[in-house]
Amino acid sequence: MKRWLLPMPLHSLLLLLVWLLLNGFSAGHFVLGLFLAWLIPVLTAPYSDHQSRAGKPLVVIRYVLRLLLDIVLSNVDVARRVLKSNHSLQPGFVAFPLALQGDFPLTVLASTISLTPGTVSVDFSEDKQWLYIHALHITDEQALIDDIKQHYEKPLQEIFSC
Amino acid sequence: MLSLELLQGAVLLTSALVVIALILNVWRMLRGPDITDRILALDTLYINSIALIILLGLYNGSALYFEGALLIAMLGFVSTAALCKYLLRGDIVE
Amino acid sequence: MESVVHSIAAVLLLIGGFFVFVGSVGLLKLPDFFTRLHAPTKATTMGIGAILLASMVLTTMRDGSLSIHELVISLFLFITAPVSAHMLAKAALHRRVKFLDHSKNAELAARAAEQKNPD
Repeated sequence: MKRWLLPMPLHSLLLLLVWLLLNGFSAGHFVLGLFLAWLIPVLTAPYSDHQSRAGKPLVVIRYVLRLLLDIVLSNVDVARRVLKSNHSLQPGFVAFPLALQGDFPLTVLASTISLTPGTVSVDFSEDKQWLYIHALHITDEQALIDDIKQHYEKPLQEIFSC
Repeated sequence: MLSLELLQGAVLLTSALVVIALILNVWRMLRGPDITDRILALDTLYINSIALIILLGLYNGSALYFEGALLIAMLGFVSTAALCKYLLRGDIVE
Repeated sequence: MESVVHSIAAVLLLIGGFFVFVGSVGLLKLPDFFTRLHAPTKATTMGIGAILLASMVLTTMRDGSLSIHELVISLFLFITAPVSAHMLAKAALHRRVKFLDHSKNAELAARAAEQKNPD
């Protein structure tokens, strides 16, 4: 019963929301969006893996706000470094030891790292115990790792409770 | 009205900045040196062209340009992903 | 009211244009591929974000109803930018693209390319 009605309720909500954002809010589009939001999850549910569920909406909101702030700060920082002389730049790789587990949480963490101050996530180790990061400018490796652990990994562990 | 003129000036100035940015991207794309640099330049090129289209929409006061911008965003991402996948898989004998 | 909105939009546009420009300067100016990867993925998302925000503010004022089309584009870019950066970095590691000699922990690049643990 549940499989035919709403296999993935959150996906359905998201699909409806995006449909309305794209086409404008009107009764007709609401009905059509509702239909698509039902049809697409029913058709695709058999192919999707089980993913970790996010909880704690308050922590999520705090995380997103913090991320937006960091994105702005990181942009100013990167802009300054780009415009200054690039000879003093000390780029490098860092191996980040992961405490977080699960595909979706790790994707969120890697994306967050790519969006924030002078760091891009490069790749995971095969056993998902390490994340390789390239940093535009390293002054203190350990400080960078601690910073990411404190600001991003901890809240994500809280959100996905793992 | 002063503020409207200010806004029009801002739109034109921003367009100029974006066009210079596009030229710089093309320069990097032609210069390489590696193929990944060229793909990165292409990636930046399409993102910047989204900015230019939005600015054109603002200048003409039409909402139609958003559909185009959205299409470029989606196709651009897919093409970058496809090119990278080709680099990752293409030269491995499987 | 109108002049305030116009001024806000103008400032947002200029901020956006600046970051788009800096991102492309970085793409041209930075010394190796991995450092070049930083400039566009960050500066352009922020630049486009600011320009889209300006467009959102202006369209909302003109039509009198909240315009959120732009939000879809910026959300899409914020989700896809890290993914393309990651794929480009992976491809570069795979191809053993040269990077700066004085990069810290250069030996990690080879480990990352093979997806091995660092030690």
